[in-house]
Amino acid sequence: MMAAANQNRKWVLPVLGVLAVALFALDVMLGSVKIPFNEVFRIVFSGESENRAWLLIVEKIRLPKATTAILAGCGLSVSGLQMQTLFRNPLAGPSELGITAGAGLGVASVMLVGGSSASVYAISQLGISGSWLIVAMASLGSALVLALILLIAGRIRDNVILLIVGVMIGTITLSVISIWQYFSQPEQLQEYIMWTFGSLGGVTGYHLYVLAGVVSAGMLLAYISSKSLNALLLGENYARSMGLSIGRTRLVIMASTSLLTGSITAFCGPIGFIGIAIPHITRSLLGTANHRILIPATALTGTVLMLACDIIAQMPGTQTVIPINVVTSLLGAPVVIWIIIQRNNLRSSFS
Amino acid sequence: MSSISAILETRALKIGYRSKKNIRNVADNLNLRLMPGQLVCLLGSNGAGKSTLMRTLSGLQPMLGGEVYIDGELLSNLKPTELARKLSVVLTDRIEAGNLTAREVITLGRTPYTGWLGALTDIDHEKISEGIRSGGVEDLLDRHIHQLSDGERQKVMLARALVQDTPLILLDEPTAHLDLPNRVEMMRLLHVLARQTGKAILLSTHELDLALQTADEVWLMSAGGALITGVPEDLVLNGSFEAVFAKSNLFFDRTTGSFHIHTPGENHKFYLEGDEKSVFWTKRALQREGWGISRYRDAACVIASRDNDKGAVWEISLHGKTTQVTSMQALILNLRLLFSDNSGGERLS
Repeated sequence: MMAAANQNRKWVLPVLGVLAVALFALDVMLGSVKIPFNEVFRIVFSGESENRAWLLIVEKIRLPKATTAILAGCGLSVSGLQMQTLFRNPLAGPSELGITAGAGLGVASVMLVGGSSASVYAISQLGISGSWLIVAMASLGSALVLALILLIAGRIRDNVILLIVGVMIGTITLSVISIWQYFSQPEQLQEYIMWTFGSLGGVTGYHLYVLAGVVSAGMLLAYISSKSLNALLLGENYARSMGLSIGRTRLVIMASTSLLTGSITAFCGPIGFIGIAIPHITRSLLGTANHRILIPATALTGTVLMLACDIIAQMPGTQTVIPINVVTSLLGAPVVIWIIIQRNNLRSSFS
Repeated sequence: MSSISAILETRALKIGYRSKKNIRNVADNLNLRLMPGQLVCLLGSNGAGKSTLMRTLSGLQPMLGGEVYIDGELLSNLKPTELARKLSVVLTDRIEAGNLTAREVITLGRTPYTGWLGALTDIDHEKISEGIRSGGVEDLLDRHIHQLSDGERQKVMLARALVQDTPLILLDEPTAHLDLPNRVEMMRLLHVLARQTGKAILLSTHELDLALQTADEVWLMSAGGALITGVPEDLVLNGSFEAVFAKSNLFFDRTTGSFHIHTPGENHKFYLEGDEKSVFWTKRALQREGWGISRYRDAACVIASRDNDKGAVWEISLHGKTTQVTSMQALILNLRLLFSDNSGGERLS
């Protein structure tokens, strides 16, 4: 709808695209087990290899993990972008407003209470119905917190205060989970705690299809609301005066963000800072606020950075793997600090 | 004119705020009509309910009773997109998305017409360039919103409303935060737009002077909730202006249509003559000092002002004596001297 972003920024998207492909390849090639590059190529493109272990590693571990990284990177950053526009707040994001905590509550309710389906040693052992259940509960949990924050946002116009409220709601949610944990069996607890570290590796087979399906649906909803998001940039009153029905728009955006955050958090655990940092990086790369460009571009940037984080998390050349959440936080938190320093008028400024 | 041609019409409209417990009534029984091609200024003191009326008319706030017709249709029956094609607004809300360029903001005005992804057709592009031209914002297009001055931003928002291509435009205090040249420019632009495009424009403002000059009609809102409408000159002559803005220490001059900080002096000792311009400014200076101006030439003191090649000259004639001064400052000093040490009967004001 809006004229294309700055003409001189046209190189950004192709570069990001090339980077995404390169990092995906790198992510598949690197790992704790050394597999020759040409062998990886053969496995990926023809699906056969003399070494059955290598075949297994690439097909069952590395490819799903890299795919999950793409899905999580896209989903979380696009959901963060939508939240920042919806709340008109540069510091909004899935983890900052307690939405991830809400998803965590949903996951905890399945893991700690659900009985047999929740005797999870890993999410990978969940049955087919279990995986849907956990996605549904996590999305529901996110939607619940999001609705609550939206309700409060209607009364509070101050960005920083809203953020504090978000953190508080996140804390309340986590406290509820803690009470739950306190009365739970140790083995159930261990599962939940492992989940909170965040991991891209646990999503294989059928779960990957579920995750891919839900994330695609969420992304589609996000793209559909790009026109509404653009109108919302001028504020709710202007958006309404231009024929936008705020209620429906909010509902679509909420559905999209809840699905994206909920499903990714359910399968990968809480992954911080991607949602808040990537939209800002993308905006400053492209110099535009037009969501019709921003949504695909943010997804691409998210992909690139999530793959990079995953490569770093594997600590190439060593046998150790550090939790993905640690890497994203280490990279993302400085970006947030940079945003805060960049704008001295954070209370009202946006995008 | 028949009621069909009114672009905006209210019948027994009641505006105010409704909360859970109580209803706060701001104004009642408003019967207003706005015709195409008309520029109407909504005036009223702070807290009279101008913004409430503007918000209610634009559908941003629910009404408490009565009916609003826009282009012949009930406001409550119009779908959001239909309403957006009939009515556009310029609000006092600050635009916080600083990353948007002026062009992008203006383009957003086409939102009610575009499809679900917001792709622009040839008609859209045509309307956009038309809005940009009549809004006079050609030079601002590639600048970012946060780089614009208040006046430029207001013009961009007006251009956006023009691009929305509605027969009715509502502007809430479009001249607030603007300096005098920008205020005049804005009002001139709106006046021209109403005349040339046949759009009905309603704006709320505090600019009495400018409103009196440009408005085809004035809606005067008083704090009690009463609303008087009429041609500005009528309202001045029948005293409605004074009634609405009645305040002690404020004097409304019906001859000039402006408010004065200084009440007219009681002792009319001076008579002014000379060319119109210097008489006007001399009068201002004397009024500031609290000295009354007489209408008759038999006043105690006659001041004749003259404008020659070397500049202005004032001739003060008092009791047969004549003094000449060449600046307003000297004039005031002289008058002070002349009258301060006079015998008691000659004291001023």
